[in-house]
Amino acid sequence: MTINAPGYLSPLTKEQSESWFRYLMSWFYSGDAKRIGIMYIIFSAFAGFIGMALSIMIRAELATPGLDLMSEEFYMTLPGMHASAMIFFFVIPCYAGFANLILPLQVGAPDMAFPKLNLTAFWILPFAGILAFSGYFLSNAPQFGWTGYPPLSNSVYSPQLGADLWLLAIALVGTSSTMGSVNFLATAFNMRCKGMKIFQLPLFTWSIIVMSFLVLVSTPVLTSAVLMVSLERLFPATFYFFSPQGGGDPILYQHLFWFYSHPAVYIMILPGFGLVNEIIPVFSRKPIFGYKVMVYSMLAISILGFVVWAHHMFTVGIGLNARKIFMFLTMLIAIPTGIKIFSWLATIWGGSLSFKTPFLFSLGFIAMFTIGGLSGVVLAATPVDIQLHDTYYVVGHIHYVLVAGSVMTIFAGVYYYFPKAFGMMLNERLGQIHFWGTTIFINVTFFVQHYLGVKGMPRRYADYDPEFAFLNAVSSYGSFFLAAFQIVFFVNIFYSMKNEKRVGKNPWVDGNTLEWTVDSPPDHHQFHEPPVWTPIERHHGPHSPSAAE
Amino acid sequence: MSIAIGPGEESLGVDNGKLGMWTFLVMDAMTFAGFLAGYARLRWKAPLDGMGQASELVNTVGSTVWPNPYTTFGVIGIQLTAFNTFILICSSVTMVHVLSDVAAGRIKRAEKWCLATMIGGLFFLGIQGYEWTHLMQVWGFFSENAAALPYNQNFVATFLSLTGFHGAHVAVGVMFNTILYLGLRNGKVGKEQYTFVEIAGLYWHFVDLVWILVFTFVYLL
Repeated sequence: MTINAPGYLSPLTKEQSESWFRYLMSWFYSGDAKRIGIMYIIFSAFAGFIGMALSIMIRAELATPGLDLMSEEFYMTLPGMHASAMIFFFVIPCYAGFANLILPLQVGAPDMAFPKLNLTAFWILPFAGILAFSGYFLSNAPQFGWTGYPPLSNSVYSPQLGADLWLLAIALVGTSSTMGSVNFLATAFNMRCKGMKIFQLPLFTWSIIVMSFLVLVSTPVLTSAVLMVSLERLFPATFYFFSPQGGGDPILYQHLFWFYSHPAVYIMILPGFGLVNEIIPVFSRKPIFGYKVMVYSMLAISILGFVVWAHHMFTVGIGLNARKIFMFLTMLIAIPTGIKIFSWLATIWGGSLSFKTPFLFSLGFIAMFTIGGLSGVVLAATPVDIQLHDTYYVVGHIHYVLVAGSVMTIFAGVYYYFPKAFGMMLNERLGQIHFWGTTIFINVTFFVQHYLGVKGMPRRYADYDPEFAFLNAVSSYGSFFLAAFQIVFFVNIFYSMKNEKRVGKNPWVDGNTLEWTVDSPPDHHQFHEPPVWTPIERHHGPHSPSAAE
Repeated sequence: MSIAIGPGEESLGVDNGKLGMWTFLVMDAMTFAGFLAGYARLRWKAPLDGMGQASELVNTVGSTVWPNPYTTFGVIGIQLTAFNTFILICSSVTMVHVLSDVAAGRIKRAEKWCLATMIGGLFFLGIQGYEWTHLMQVWGFFSENAAALPYNQNFVATFLSLTGFHGAHVAVGVMFNTILYLGLRNGKVGKEQYTFVEIAGLYWHFVDLVWILVFTFVYLL
């Protein structure tokens, strides 16, 4: 038996090519950013599957009024664990995977700046995942939601061991993602090839730079908050940070938590913007509209993202003037985001469009993310937010942003970069079925949640008034179909792997960044000789790189 | 197969490792910022010593006054902590000497200065350990009736978390310097490894800088 694979997938030694075990081990110990990227994405797919299973449990319980399937105690663990699986172990690592795979190629570097740090950052994640979810095996998973607000999360009200492990896991995930971002920043700033000036960097790389900056500044604050909660839980009579019994301040935790968790939503969407920035020009066969404006709007989003955190706390009793300021600043974020949306539309406008799966997912993303963005502006208004706080409207909003936003861009990225990563195309027909199923049932599942929220259905409850029965049934059945359509995606991967349709260097024809100049899949060294980037004149005309030939 | 990983044709003109350390320090500074923000909030929400009125909520937990680590407990004086701060600043100076001697190729001298830096760090940790153990004996926060103490219980949480987190950083710094020292002794760190010394120095100076903040906020103010 010999293992045959092209490019960086190939075994490095003869022993590795003869034993699957050694081949696998060579992946586990690999410092190659491309292999680490693939491991990140596979890990995040597992986590996404777990998160999806938890969400199906939530929707199954809520399909009809009354407690039908599970106890309230068990239900209370679900929203928090679903959110942690999706946020900390699916979306963020998945983007880190794309960044590992693509960023060194795009800047023309042989690898990441710190390969060992990179591998360490990856390997922290599976262990953190085991810690976070071990609560289910110890029969006491945390029940305080993904926000972990004290005093609910302190040792008096949440004595579960699973809660301590979950907090530790969150600190570890934070460590992992800061290690990742140190690496991304060093690579993007310091390892660029000849001609790759700062304002020549592809927009995906830019998005990773901005995301890394956000991670670097915001994540440690969450770590400090989580450590404080842990101290308070572990030494209950000594450490009082947040619990009012000891004169602590629960609102302090919310400030620290949202100082991370608001930028975190940009951490979870900016790389998606980056992927869409790569995909839309290629399938519109036009250069991106307003390259520099795209960069500046990302920077503006990241800076504004740090000064809006208290809009999650409009109902906790912070001062009126503070709420006014946070409302204003939150609404201001709509401007750079709008700039990006309109620049994408302007890129598509007048282009010679090719409706392949990655492009379809990008278009679906633009349409539905706009809905999520607009409901965000609605929630930003303090008086409206006081009414809608902790209702299903918020759930609808966050899922339009994260599922219709981040997850759509992840699928777009997978369809777009799969040929580069594995050297073979994903099946187009199955891809389109997957796209239409996903898009339709995202809307069926989450759109009605806005109505539920406006009618007053609170989030995180296991039971509800029969008045809400119909809309909940719609949402639940929608989510079942949404999950079912993801099977098409996995079928597609196995089908395409079986019917290898080998591709050349530039399978989408119009890709003009450096990753399309190397073999698919790239070699271990990726570039056989140091690449040279020919600077692009950025303009908005109708000329496309392929038309110029 | 190994590939040379270093700055590309277009770079910021510094070593990868130095850029990595700077970005790491940004992150670390934000962790301290989280703890310091918590400290500031908890301290200045309650009335200060001798400032009079306490709010109802604070009264019910019976802990209004923010204790001063050296006057309230009367075991150790500000002099000891001030001396400790001086030691740490001195170890920063010796670190500068390590760097300049390595740059000049005087490895033997650099080795001695590096040893001095390590000893400075260990001395600091020792005094901090002395301080912790002596405070813990008298301040009664660990006793059953801690709630009845006449001073603010948030003090112990913020004091231990800030000084403890900083102490952990000093400990890591001492390990870092030990690696550097062994490297200098075994001839593995020479003039060519200047950047490695510089990176170790960056971390050590950062730890000192943070101590200045912690000292000011926790002890002086």
